[in-house]
Amino acid sequence: MKNGFITTFSQTGQSYKTHIRGIGKYGLLLAFFVICLALSLITPKFLTVQNLMIIVTQVSINALLAFGVTFVIIAGGIDLSIGSMVAVTGVVAASFAHPDTYPVAVPIGMGLLAGLLFGAFNGFVVTRSKVPPFIVTLGTMTIGRGLALIISKGRPVSNLSDSFNFLGGGKILGIPTLIIILIVLFIGCSILLKRTVLGRYIYAVGGNEQAAKASGIQLNKVKMVVYTLCGGLAALAGILLTSRITTGQPNAGTGFELDAIAAAIIGGTSTSGGTGTMTGTLIGALLIGVISNGLDLLNVTSYYQQVVMGVIIIGAVVLDSMNQTNKG
Amino acid sequence: MSTDQDYILSVSGLTKTFSGVKALDNVRLNLRKGEVHALMGENGAGKSTFMKVLIGLLTPDSGEIIFKGEDLKTGNVNDILKKGISMIHQEILAVPELTVAQNIFLGRETSSRLFGWLNDRQQIKQAGDLLEQMGLTIQPTTPMKYLSVAEMQMVEIAKAISNEASVIIMDEPTSALSDKEVATLFRIIGDLTQKGVAIIYISHKMDEIFTIADTITVLRDGKYIVTKPASELDTTQLIALMVGREINTLFPENTSPKGDEVLSVKNFSQSGKFTNINFAVHAGEVLGLAGLMGAGRTEIARAIFGLDGFNDGAIYVRGEKVRIQSPADAIRQGIGYVSEDRKALGFIPRLSVKDNITLSSLRGFFTQPKQETETALSLMADLRIKANGPDQAVTYLSGGNQQKVVIGKVLLAKPAVVILDEPTRGIDIGAKAEIYKLINQLTADGIAVILISSELPEILGLSDRILVLSQGRQTAMLSRSDATQETIMRYAMPAN
Repeated sequence: MKNGFITTFSQTGQSYKTHIRGIGKYGLLLAFFVICLALSLITPKFLTVQNLMIIVTQVSINALLAFGVTFVIIAGGIDLSIGSMVAVTGVVAASFAHPDTYPVAVPIGMGLLAGLLFGAFNGFVVTRSKVPPFIVTLGTMTIGRGLALIISKGRPVSNLSDSFNFLGGGKILGIPTLIIILIVLFIGCSILLKRTVLGRYIYAVGGNEQAAKASGIQLNKVKMVVYTLCGGLAALAGILLTSRITTGQPNAGTGFELDAIAAAIIGGTSTSGGTGTMTGTLIGALLIGVISNGLDLLNVTSYYQQVVMGVIIIGAVVLDSMNQTNKG
Repeated sequence: MSTDQDYILSVSGLTKTFSGVKALDNVRLNLRKGEVHALMGENGAGKSTFMKVLIGLLTPDSGEIIFKGEDLKTGNVNDILKKGISMIHQEILAVPELTVAQNIFLGRETSSRLFGWLNDRQQIKQAGDLLEQMGLTIQPTTPMKYLSVAEMQMVEIAKAISNEASVIIMDEPTSALSDKEVATLFRIIGDLTQKGVAIIYISHKMDEIFTIADTITVLRDGKYIVTKPASELDTTQLIALMVGREINTLFPENTSPKGDEVLSVKNFSQSGKFTNINFAVHAGEVLGLAGLMGAGRTEIARAIFGLDGFNDGAIYVRGEKVRIQSPADAIRQGIGYVSEDRKALGFIPRLSVKDNITLSSLRGFFTQPKQETETALSLMADLRIKANGPDQAVTYLSGGNQQKVVIGKVLLAKPAVVILDEPTRGIDIGAKAEIYKLINQLTADGIAVILISSELPEILGLSDRILVLSQGRQTAMLSRSDATQETIMRYAMPAN
């Protein structure tokens, strides 16, 4: 039983969301620099090499997860399981990374494989069932956490090889490997989203799923790819985090999904799908990183930090919708 | 001449414009207490818009509505409902999980004085009494979802009665009813009119109209045509009044040579929607699909294009049976579809003109921005799409230009056959003429066209052959020379 009468009517009166979203990339970038400037004036500890390295480490893990979830959100979905995937892929990689067992390619490969399979499973359930992705990935979030505990038998997996620990903790030509990996993946994801046919399809599926289907786009394929990709990026984050803390922690990544989704949303990705950029997400992740670091330096306890972060997320979305009303 | 006081509802000078197009143009209607007043007109004549204004879903640009001697303030659904104008919708708006009694009193729940708790027992009793008075055996405690469509309709009527409606609008109330159920409905209508309730009755079924209506008002192209007692009209006269307009010269002649068969369907059936459809369309030919709302035209198009499945029969492309399970398959077979629902199925609103136009034709891994822009610019010029540029988001374009973007997308995929489903719905006359010209160009290029349209002049002016459908069955295949608006309407009217 459809209430066709009302639906048709409200559709004709529907106003469309504007193309340019958010306070804009430049507004975000400006906010980022203002906060950096303010922090460097308030506390001399902010602008030190050591501190910047801490920020970069935090940001890069979150940014990798945020890139993955940005693909998913633009395609009209959501993935809540990325934090659990960090744990699963981390302990899987760590299990193969003990000294004098396998070459370093093996833990990386196994971790990646675990993430890709996990993501593909999300995609499979989302496309084959009519269950909303929010519910599906809420379920796999719990499943993933359980798997990580099973694989590690509930204990941290430590005693990892030096070559593995180099991945997230080393430097090449004085630049931390995490920064190099972040830059490479940022460029890769940007190209995938903006310069490939797949990227165009992702926007189309999230922008109007039925019209995308009627244009000959195979919805299930696009969604499978997007969730699998998100799993792959979560695996990279998991491997790098494990390497960085030199331990595979089954409890790692708890709540990471929220930071990643927040970065995407602050960066202008619409939760209703169809819009968003990797640049926006990167800036969103940087902003979150700088603010939480600043609050650390100012000795604000983590309890208050959470309140501040929540206010910022809502603020970004409110600004965003105000912007839309002005234009519409 | 009767005075205003004879009328319970008196509408005059009602005008409503949608983006420059007059959907209602100086419409009037005088409704007497206790009469059944049929409102007749083709699809798009303005009946629905008119009723939406009456029940407050739309606000008119101008005009006067006098209800029970008072000026009716328009545009407030709840207020108008309270004053006593109710509508039984074509598609029932009940809440399936709630009981019959709860649905009848939805929004007007009787509550006890203490704490505002719902008084279920009283509601059930009132609903039971009401249904009994109507001579119905429906239990007030049954959840709505277990009722038949006919029973739901009766509940809707009960709701209107309990609302003390003095005017009840019925939009195609018998479309899902059996003969026996229709008889029950007519009996209830008889009881209502006895009590002085006036009924505005919309239906395409001629027999029904002449059985039940006291008065008939005809609308055409949003204009008031005539009001006459039903006894002074017959079916032929009524059809002539509904369609009687001159065919204008908007339509260029299709002189393209007809080639081989491009697409055909045989024994094509989808349960509940259409049965045993057989037709073929040839290169350079325009095949028109005519029929009333619900005849199954769009459903056939959607099934051919792979948007919906079908139960029986097969699709043939150039004589070979093909498997089509998704639009991707259909596009690969050279079938293009321009949907009647442009916003839902046509375009991606926030993507640019260029991205939308190329969406069905992208190949390889990387996009080709330069080449895509060139393609978009040339198609924009060919189709005369007015936009700031290829990078403007389609949501900002006018309806006509959005439609051209969708057509551009379909054509860029190089189809052998194009299904155009209501291609001119909701676009202005200038853009309409351009789309007519474009259809001619397509056939000149050897493309086969299937044209679905509710506007008979469009079907008559453009089609080489016309397939008429009625209630999911094909009732006639007419050649251009045999077809007139009257013959099409005769075959399109349900046999009842």
